Amino acid sequence: MNLKTLILATTATAMFAGTAMAKDLTIVSWGGAYSASQNNAYHKPYMEKNSDVNIINDESSPEAVAKLRAMNEAGNITWDVVDVVASDAIRLCDEGLAMEIDHDEWLAPAPDGTPASEDFGDLIVSDCFIPQIVYSTTFGYRTDVEEWGGKEPQDICAVFDLENFPGTRTLEKRPINNLEWALLCDGVAKEDVYDVLETDAGVDRAFAKLDTIKDNTIWWSAAAEAIQSLADGEAVIGSSYNGRLFSAIVEQDQPIKMLWDAQVFDLDGWIIPAGVSEDKLPLIKDYIRFATDTQRLADQAKYISYGPARKSSAPLVSKHATLGIEMAPHMPTDPANATNTFLYNYEWWADYRDDLDAKFQAWLSQ
Amino acid sequence: MSEKDIIVSFSEVQKSYDGVSLVVKNLNLDIQRGEFLTMLGPSGSGKTTCLMMLAGFETATHGEIYLNGRPINNVPPHKRGIGMVFQNYALFPHMTVAENLAFPLQVRGMSKAEQEQKVKRALEMVELGAFGNRRPAQLSGGQQQRVAVARALVFEPELVLMDEPLGALDKQLREQMQFEIKHIHENLGVSVVYVTHDQSEALTMSDRIAVFNDGIIQQLSGPDDLYEDPQNSFVAQFIGENNKLEGKVTHVNGSLCDVELDDGTKLKADKVNVNGVGDRTTLSLRPERIEFEPQGLENIVKGRIEELIYLGDHIRVRMDVAGNREFVVKVRNRGQKRELAVGQMVDIGWAADDCKALDFVQ
Amino acid sequence: MTDTTANGAPVLTTQDGTPLKVSLARALRREKMRSLVLIAPLLIFILISFLAPIADMLFRSVENRIVADTLPQTVAALSAWDASSGELPGEDVYAALHDDLVIAAEEKTHTRLGSRLNYELSGMSSLFRKTGRRVDRMDEGNYKEQFIDIDKDWGDVETWLFLKRYSPKYTPGYFLNAVDAEYGVEGIKMKPEDERIYLYLFWRTMFLSMLITGSCLLLGYPVAFLLANLPLRYSNLLMILVLLPFWTSLLVRTSAWKVLLQQQGVINDTLVWLGVVDDLNRLVMINNQTGTIIAMTHILLPFMILPLYSVMRTISPSYVRAAKSLGATDWTAFWRVYFPQTIPGIGAGAILVFILSIGYYITPELVGGTDGIFISNRIAYHISSSLNWGLAAALGVILLSLVLLLFYVYDKIVGIDNVKLG
Repeated sequence: MNLKTLILATTATAMFAGTAMAKDLTIVSWGGAYSASQNNAYHKPYMEKNSDVNIINDESSPEAVAKLRAMNEAGNITWDVVDVVASDAIRLCDEGLAMEIDHDEWLAPAPDGTPASEDFGDLIVSDCFIPQIVYSTTFGYRTDVEEWGGKEPQDICAVFDLENFPGTRTLEKRPINNLEWALLCDGVAKEDVYDVLETDAGVDRAFAKLDTIKDNTIWWSAAAEAIQSLADGEAVIGSSYNGRLFSAIVEQDQPIKMLWDAQVFDLDGWIIPAGVSEDKLPLIKDYIRFATDTQRLADQAKYISYGPARKSSAPLVSKHATLGIEMAPHMPTDPANATNTFLYNYEWWADYRDDLDAKFQAWLSQ
Repeated sequence: MSEKDIIVSFSEVQKSYDGVSLVVKNLNLDIQRGEFLTMLGPSGSGKTTCLMMLAGFETATHGEIYLNGRPINNVPPHKRGIGMVFQNYALFPHMTVAENLAFPLQVRGMSKAEQEQKVKRALEMVELGAFGNRRPAQLSGGQQQRVAVARALVFEPELVLMDEPLGALDKQLREQMQFEIKHIHENLGVSVVYVTHDQSEALTMSDRIAVFNDGIIQQLSGPDDLYEDPQNSFVAQFIGENNKLEGKVTHVNGSLCDVELDDGTKLKADKVNVNGVGDRTTLSLRPERIEFEPQGLENIVKGRIEELIYLGDHIRVRMDVAGNREFVVKVRNRGQKRELAVGQMVDIGWAADDCKALDFVQ
Repeated sequence: MTDTTANGAPVLTTQDGTPLKVSLARALRREKMRSLVLIAPLLIFILISFLAPIADMLFRSVENRIVADTLPQTVAALSAWDASSGELPGEDVYAALHDDLVIAAEEKTHTRLGSRLNYELSGMSSLFRKTGRRVDRMDEGNYKEQFIDIDKDWGDVETWLFLKRYSPKYTPGYFLNAVDAEYGVEGIKMKPEDERIYLYLFWRTMFLSMLITGSCLLLGYPVAFLLANLPLRYSNLLMILVLLPFWTSLLVRTSAWKVLLQQQGVINDTLVWLGVVDDLNRLVMINNQTGTIIAMTHILLPFMILPLYSVMRTISPSYVRAAKSLGATDWTAFWRVYFPQTIPGIGAGAILVFILSIGYYITPELVGGTDGIFISNRIAYHISSSLNWGLAAALGVILLSLVLLLFYVYDKIVGIDNVKLG
């Protein structure tokens, strides 16, 4: 082989590799059961339809915000689609790290023709955010606690009731949700919670309420810890994501029950990193359009008990893919579960998160 | 020699590390008070093990060691009161020379003033009076050696053990230190057990030498006896230079015997370690006892000069004698030119007494 | 051939008359260049991967160009405003703010500024987001009123005081935060008691790290001694056991500690079964400082054992023998002769363990509960979650300075050349 053919061959290979690269799609998500559900509901059917596309799964969502900023500073974006919670999406949007999109242009309308922006409704909490699921942070409790004498917690305030429901609690190691629940159980009306929290006195009041159970609480930072504590009997009642509790209760058959009262709805969805290459955009767009249509969102609920973000998907939610049980009653959005829900105020937390987090940490360490 | 004059006594001592083979086979040895006794032997011969058992760092597998008549098998090393000089001196690197010397005095609870005085005296003894504040690493090898000796002596033990203490020094320094240690021994009258594999060191310093091989003492005697009257082939080989001739005993005549070499040469030899007629034997012959122009000697043979090496005070002549091509003769350099040339056939001879008939070794 | 220097000593020269020193330096230069080329890859690597990030971190902890970059005209206009007057700035400032924000909103940098300023004052994030949405719809003229109409905070002198304070390109703000201080009306003051956290965390990090270092030393010393003195086949096995923690993932090890130490865990169950502990008063050994100390000691133990082992291995057994032959008991021989010679290993191990434990955050996060977490947990939080990299950098700089200070103290007391890693 002379030099010329060698160069030609190399170039050809490089070009081939280049086109192959263009069909790689790096999708960042949370890993575990959640990624598995996305893989089943979105990735597999998409790759079946588009055999030239190769989806690469990256499980970096927990540190996506920091990594996106680092990538942005380095000027080298290697991710194409990123799964984040709504508050992170807002932050990324504020920081200019996520791309603002036109939801009606990017997303498919509902089967009946309703435009996407209407189908998703006010779940589009940021211009950069493409909602995917509604999940909730709620409580689970053990059903075999002898000290409770057969009583079962009926509402959120059982968490603060050490007299009737003694035992160790487990709560997330952050102020969000905990402060709201504390105020709710200290007699603040639901609609006034954030107004009260805005004042120093309100914050003190929330911490004072939390003080009553501080010595009986294990603080978790990874969701799996909470489930583990409940399963080990290390804690008798604790907060976690409803999907995690579902898998502990239904799939692993643990003696745990859900307490849906005052569950806090939160959203999870996609963002597109700002600065992805123009060549990649059509593929990303195509994938997003596919993965967020009414059927796909409904399909995901077969694998995990999170509610689809589209209104039009709700009637299509069917049975669990392997267990065969009806999924609707396990959805946080199911009317029976959603009798008393609490709305997480993203805008408010975006303002107060830094300050309250410092206060919360100081309170924890006292 | 009375019981009181014996400071150390090994009685039927055996030592095995692995339970399969014996490193020390059956040791019986009395060491006299004030004696300089050297344990000499190749490495692995068991001499260091014996020393370590005496010091208390190894326990005897069988038998008993007595110090001043007391059995010491169960006495820990620090209660034995034996000074020891180690192969690499083992001077404590984090202490100054003076602190090193004071260490044995401190652990004996001696007063500060007494310590200082003794340290000073010990340093003067080894002529290192000005070096008390130095660290060992700042001293030369010879100086470290002296400190090690001084430290082993400063608490005035009756017995000092030395484990190849001069091994790390160069030749000149080693010879100088040999004399110094010898003098210290003579001046203080302390008993010394000295381990070495260097035979010239052993010959220079010792009152008695125990030659070790294969876990057994091959011979125990003074330096001159060891050289002049080796009791077996190993000792003859190990101590000094030695020519070997192999043959068969044909006739025994009192302390002498006739030996016929394998090539038919007949020789007369001193019967040392053969049983009788018909035994195979190794004849041992010192190179300096062989004469050119032999006159009135019992043994005269012909040999061919193979090589001449000029060494100043003597000339080394390598010859082919009775089939042995490594036969060496040392000729004293008397000044006048000798008519020796390679290839020459000459007569050489030696006295029957200088030719020892020893056990045959393959 | 010889010359004479000023003080009279002759200067040696080579045959051609050049001073010997010059000639030697010339001869050595080539050699030096060659060795420099050899180490160049490493040097460049260290520069890029280590020194540059540290320099960047130092810089980030004071850098504050975002305000002047996003609101250049406002900052210029504000400089003329008398902050102590207690009055709102004039219309010109509001007009400048309008112009700046129109550009910023177009480039979408106003929200970035908002989140930056929100670190210092809650509400800034939404103030800028809200204002940015409406700024292009403003009418010309009378901006002051229109801004106050959007959000009453624009009519608050405090907002403007705050903006003016953070106008400079460099700010001590992050460092103030990192030592629990803040700007008050009369200058810098400490934060209210219930908001102070970092100083306490720094103290706790140091204290717990020392405790962990101490327990690593206590546990590791005998193990290292055994390793150095056992026959080879046993010591190899022991070495594998020592290194075992390295081969299991951090999370697996930490989870194992949970299973062992928690109240319903193996140890408590055993103690209850043995009747040592009452079922209702099970020991709390995890999710607190005890948990952090136990888990971290376990994880960092090899870092203490290995340097100790490598030092102990070089200590000839003849030292202890010599000490014993000189009349020292086992203890004296150990304490006066063996132990001092292991100090370089102790120093190396202690420094390693201490520095590693200062920077560890995953384990404390998982087993430390509330009183067992370290300053590094907060740094990690600000890096990955709150994105307040400036504060994280300031905390990092302080931590780095503390370590350097401890190094200095160590050098003064023990001597840094008295550290031996192998």
